[in-house]
Amino acid sequence: MALTRRTFMKANAAAATAAAAGAALPVGAVAQKGNEDLRWDKIPCRFCGTGCSVLAGVKDDRIHATQGDPDAPVNKGLNCIKGYFLAKIMYGEDRLTQPLLRMRGGEFDKEGDFQPVSWEKAFDVMEAKFKEALDNGGPESVGMFGSGQWTVWEGYAASKFMKAGLRSNNIDPNARHCMASAVGAFIRGFGADEPMGCYDDLEEADTFVLWGANMAEMHPILWSRLSDTRLTKEGAEVHVLSTFENRNFELADNGMVFTPQTDLAILNYIANYIIQNDAVDEDFLKSNVKLNATTTDIGYGLRPEHPLQQKAENPNDGSFSEISFEEYKKQVSGYTLEKTAEMSGVPAEKLERLAKAFADPDRKVMSLWTMGFNQHTRGVWVNGLVYNVHLLTGKISRPGQSPFSLTGQPSACGTAREVGTFAHRLPHGVVMSKHHRDLAEKIWKLPEGTIPPEPGFHAVLQNRKLKDGVLNAYWVQCNNNMQAAANLNNETWPGYRNPDNFIVVSDPYPTVTALSGDLILPTAMWAEKEGAYGNAERRTQFWRQQVTPPEGAKSDLWQTVEFSKRFKVEDVWPRELVDKMPEYKGRTLYEVLFRNGQVDAFEKQKVVDGSGNEYPNDEMEAFGFYIQKGLWEEYARFGRGRGHDLGAFELYHQARGLRWPVVDGKETLWRYNEQYDPYVEEGEGIKFYGNDNGKANLISAPYEDPAEMPDDDYDLWLATGRVLEHWHSGSMTRRVPELHKAFPEAVVFMNPDDARDRGLRRGAPVKLETRRGTVQARVETRGRNRTPRGLVFIPWFDENKLANKLTLDATDPLSKETDYKKCACRVVSA
Amino acid sequence: MAHDDRTSNKQVARRRFLATAVRGVALVALAGTGLGLAGRVAANKPAHAIRPPGALDEDAFLAACVRCGRCVRDCPYDTLRLAGLGDGAAAGTPYFVARDVPCEMCPEIPCVAACPTGALDRGLTDIDAAEMGIAVVVGHESCLNYLGLRCDVCYRVCPLIDEAITLEPRHNVRTQAHTRFLPTVHTDKCTGCGKCEAACVLPEAAIRVLPEDLARGRVGEHYRLGWAEKKKRGESLVEGVIDLPNRGREGMESPDTGSGRVIDLPDRTKKGGYEGFEP
Amino acid sequence: MSRDVKAKPGAEAVAVRGWWAAHKWLIARRTAQAVFLAVFLVGPVTGVWIVKGTLASSYTLWFLPLTDPFMALQSLAAGNLLAASGFLGALIVLVAYLLIGGRMYCSWVCPINPVTDLAYRLRVRLGVPRTGGNFPRSVRYGVLVAALAASAATGTLAWELVNPITLVQRELVFGLFVVGGSLAWVVVLGVFLFDLAASERGFCGRLCPVGAFYGLLGRYALLRVRADHRAACNDCMDCYAVCPEPRVIPPALKAPHGEGPVILSGDCTNCGRCIDVCSKAVFRFGGRFPDAVKADDQATTTHHRAAAE
Repeated sequence: MALTRRTFMKANAAAATAAAAGAALPVGAVAQKGNEDLRWDKIPCRFCGTGCSVLAGVKDDRIHATQGDPDAPVNKGLNCIKGYFLAKIMYGEDRLTQPLLRMRGGEFDKEGDFQPVSWEKAFDVMEAKFKEALDNGGPESVGMFGSGQWTVWEGYAASKFMKAGLRSNNIDPNARHCMASAVGAFIRGFGADEPMGCYDDLEEADTFVLWGANMAEMHPILWSRLSDTRLTKEGAEVHVLSTFENRNFELADNGMVFTPQTDLAILNYIANYIIQNDAVDEDFLKSNVKLNATTTDIGYGLRPEHPLQQKAENPNDGSFSEISFEEYKKQVSGYTLEKTAEMSGVPAEKLERLAKAFADPDRKVMSLWTMGFNQHTRGVWVNGLVYNVHLLTGKISRPGQSPFSLTGQPSACGTAREVGTFAHRLPHGVVMSKHHRDLAEKIWKLPEGTIPPEPGFHAVLQNRKLKDGVLNAYWVQCNNNMQAAANLNNETWPGYRNPDNFIVVSDPYPTVTALSGDLILPTAMWAEKEGAYGNAERRTQFWRQQVTPPEGAKSDLWQTVEFSKRFKVEDVWPRELVDKMPEYKGRTLYEVLFRNGQVDAFEKQKVVDGSGNEYPNDEMEAFGFYIQKGLWEEYARFGRGRGHDLGAFELYHQARGLRWPVVDGKETLWRYNEQYDPYVEEGEGIKFYGNDNGKANLISAPYEDPAEMPDDDYDLWLATGRVLEHWHSGSMTRRVPELHKAFPEAVVFMNPDDARDRGLRRGAPVKLETRRGTVQARVETRGRNRTPRGLVFIPWFDENKLANKLTLDATDPLSKETDYKKCACRVVSA
Repeated sequence: MAHDDRTSNKQVARRRFLATAVRGVALVALAGTGLGLAGRVAANKPAHAIRPPGALDEDAFLAACVRCGRCVRDCPYDTLRLAGLGDGAAAGTPYFVARDVPCEMCPEIPCVAACPTGALDRGLTDIDAAEMGIAVVVGHESCLNYLGLRCDVCYRVCPLIDEAITLEPRHNVRTQAHTRFLPTVHTDKCTGCGKCEAACVLPEAAIRVLPEDLARGRVGEHYRLGWAEKKKRGESLVEGVIDLPNRGREGMESPDTGSGRVIDLPDRTKKGGYEGFEP
Repeated sequence: MSRDVKAKPGAEAVAVRGWWAAHKWLIARRTAQAVFLAVFLVGPVTGVWIVKGTLASSYTLWFLPLTDPFMALQSLAAGNLLAASGFLGALIVLVAYLLIGGRMYCSWVCPINPVTDLAYRLRVRLGVPRTGGNFPRSVRYGVLVAALAASAATGTLAWELVNPITLVQRELVFGLFVVGGSLAWVVVLGVFLFDLAASERGFCGRLCPVGAFYGLLGRYALLRVRADHRAACNDCMDCYAVCPEPRVIPPALKAPHGEGPVILSGDCTNCGRCIDVCSKAVFRFGGRFPDAVKADDQATTTHHRAAAE
């Protein structure tokens, strides 16, 4: 390898620094005065899963300003600091506008330097590489890594292209790193993904419990709503649980710092407390809940040969079996107040206060969580345990009674989860189910057996398979996995640079992932295409294409659909499959998948808003039909009548987002509740109709140790995470000079006593080391995050200090989501 | 003739001596006046020029600082600058402009350690006790948090977060659903490091570090804050006062307000929140 | 006192002793001035901080505090007691100049000296009339008093507000000395023009209180220029022509037997230029005590020596 890891890192650091420095041009603020000549139209924020809506002010084909939409129900005209800078994110100086291919002597060379090529040439090389991989290794050897930042139709088209076109389930979204555990628990518990409640619970509830969710920074506008309830509602209180003190603690009535992983114990203690104090809602439990116990000792999602996997009795076993209430009571009885306080390090009175809030029948409890729960080697378990305490007390599916999983990406729900971009999912259901495959093949008008029945490689497995040379042609869209995926040095980087592999990265900017690949495709982003996002409360929001992208940049949708023209069915399907539908003979995947009489059902038309302003639609222009609408309507067929009803396409261009199921022209705020959910018949009260028996699964699970804990060599816990100022690995926010300046580089948050013991002062340069890598950064002993003794925290937005060199690629064996919150590290003076 | 010559020579010499003396005295006076004047002008330091931690009061500082620049040399973050002639601050004296490069508040305070004159007071051993200036929210109409947005960058970059700057939550009357988190500087804690001003994302900072004399307001000696005094004492300053029950609302009186409604404000005084602060 | 100012004093010395010998101390001095500037620049340029600070106060070789005693005095007048290290530094410098001659600072260290020297040379070359503006050299003592008085009155280091020496050195060392960016170059130009057009040797010789202060120190210094071989003097006047403080020479050179031959005036800057330009090798550096050399006045000895050379 000519390009060593070291030189790569150096090159990246330089490029990134140049990018950050070069981005110092103030744009967008030009025409803030004189709104009258700006055209305003609604568009959801590009950043988190909150789903704030903004209005984009366009003039001369450029966004000059944005404003929070004062009438948007989520944010009512407000934004966080990232949303404030939306007008600048598309105009970084280093926007990519030409495909870049590693070349030497005019031809592709894995060890060559990036040189600009035409789209034609880029697709030629890509086609050859994908076909070569398919010929040699079959569908297993191609893969795609997508995103919760894809628009709904981009994810849908990519999933269809991979699963039906190339017949490979090796497509996964970066939501695997983010929401997979939540999905797993929703499916196990309720047979249907996504929260039963909605943001209205923030006003309806009086008791908020934050489990590993630093809402104050990560969901700033929702935090501002929660805070308002805390301020204005009599008796409202906020409980915060975290492994270090974050900004939530500022407003916490009951702030608890617990030893990593003991959230499992705390939740079992709460269940125990509820049972011991006769606070169980027995009627509810009897009619709506089935009690189960999960299989234990399931390993840590590591490579099978890893000692920890070898040691596990039931690796990756997600089964659970029914138990009696007495058995359940016995299982949690060991989690006494004393024992739990000792395990977790949380004072007993604080734990008891928390348990009382759940047990008190007069309190409306909303539990909120994000990465603290999801990025957890027992993520599905711990998600389930919080449902358990809500199910025990019947505090669910009612206004203000709401276990609520928050999301990180703008369309983690709308795209990654709902349209079936996970390696095991379909737009409705899972690939393992014949019934669900049949439905998909029917809607897609494909021969039976097109969709492979085995789940594909999930995100972490994709990197392992790349390294092992099993996965050879790989397309990364709309994410920055080289900066995100754990254990960069040993897994991700070797996979990308494996000479057997060809890596394509689509991105608007030269991220570390793009620079690690072999072909970079310049991508149109956000307002440069027509789009749809779905936020954490099941709200789907559309936007029109506001501006045309820089010359040469193309949307992910165009890229996927255009690339599908390169394959004939005979290239990718076995003869017997083609024979089942002879009419497809000689057809391209483009024709079979996207010109199937459904996706191309809507003629090219003018896109016009309510005031008659006309908008571009580059994809409609390119393909000759209203492809977004066609994809939407085809996709919507999966959910309609199956609990996931989406409205008609035009409706979303008119409304400020709608919360599904949208039935009879109405949104749904609380699912499974007859009063609010059209799927629950009158008289049924609460019905968890996602499961055939109509009941939710309470799944008992014990405390089990995490994969790696501090020891003599590596004596500290390491947690990684985000900051308010930067999102999506900083790929956009670090190109906004003001945001860059507000938090320019990652620092190691450390307890002052731990620092003193190591002879370190605030600001001292240190080496943060784990068994997998080293990062140099400065020590911060004060500021926004206050860590307890024995734990350090580093944010991962900084491409010059790649935190994922440190993190362990241990995952939840069930959800396959990496635990980025715990591993062992040490800190030494640099 | 000779006599006359001698006399005239003598006179000339005396006259020359007198002239020289007068000229000398005049020159010295001129020089002194000029220097004194220059001193007065130089003392008019612009408000954005912040002295290093431990700097004596401006008058004493100007008396003490020998303009050697050693503090500037020892500043690890290149925060401190040396004033050039005509920069505003007295030439050769150290200062920093918070908006450009703020003070990082090194625990070992290297600038103070470097000072050979005591212009930077060696008595300052805890950087948190530095009083370089005081941050002031000057842009109540432009501060994003005052407008209800969630910026609070100034708060999060504050090395004395929750002490020097707190976020005071206020109900957003416009949206009726959100909180405005008002960044509030506590002058007794603020060191004037300027991290807030440097980080303020607005084109013109809404929070600025000013010299203490420009930044601090003061309540008149003739008025005391009733709630603060009561808190200090732990009970009412006036003993033996009674409150009759209200017919129909018996037992609902709040001990705090005496009215029918119980107002439950969060108890945040340990971090300098509500105590003594009412906008 | 009238004297000729030759356009090229020292020509004879060059002829007799060679160019290098006739410029030895000048070159040494210019080198020293450059070195004193350079050592302050090594730190900022290379990161190796041999000297940190400025002429006002510095930290040298990682152990040695040095402080300009006149600066310290101004600070004292302004009402401030130095910190211990600053005080120690001032003491060290004070003792050093007491040993080597106070105004050695002026001719060997001060960065303004080359400027005023150049102004003087140009003045001679251009034949600028010497009359007018030549106020008494004692004015500098007045300015010294005024500077301290103004420091006391305003509570600031009064002379430092205009002191071109520290200003120029500081701004050079801190990289502030850029045309357009700083007013320091205006001050330098001002000094140059003042010396060129307004007052002969005006700044260093008549105005500068720093020189005056070091001159006071210099009265007690050990290192001296001596006219040991004054008997050999042929009255060529070259030493007067190059001397920035010509009045200091006669007491040593022309004093009656038994007095001299040491230049004892504090105003002497120990520049050594008189040694350079004397073709008869009358001057040399030496101690201040007259008994150091016995045979001064023996013309024969001098002639022998001159012949030997």
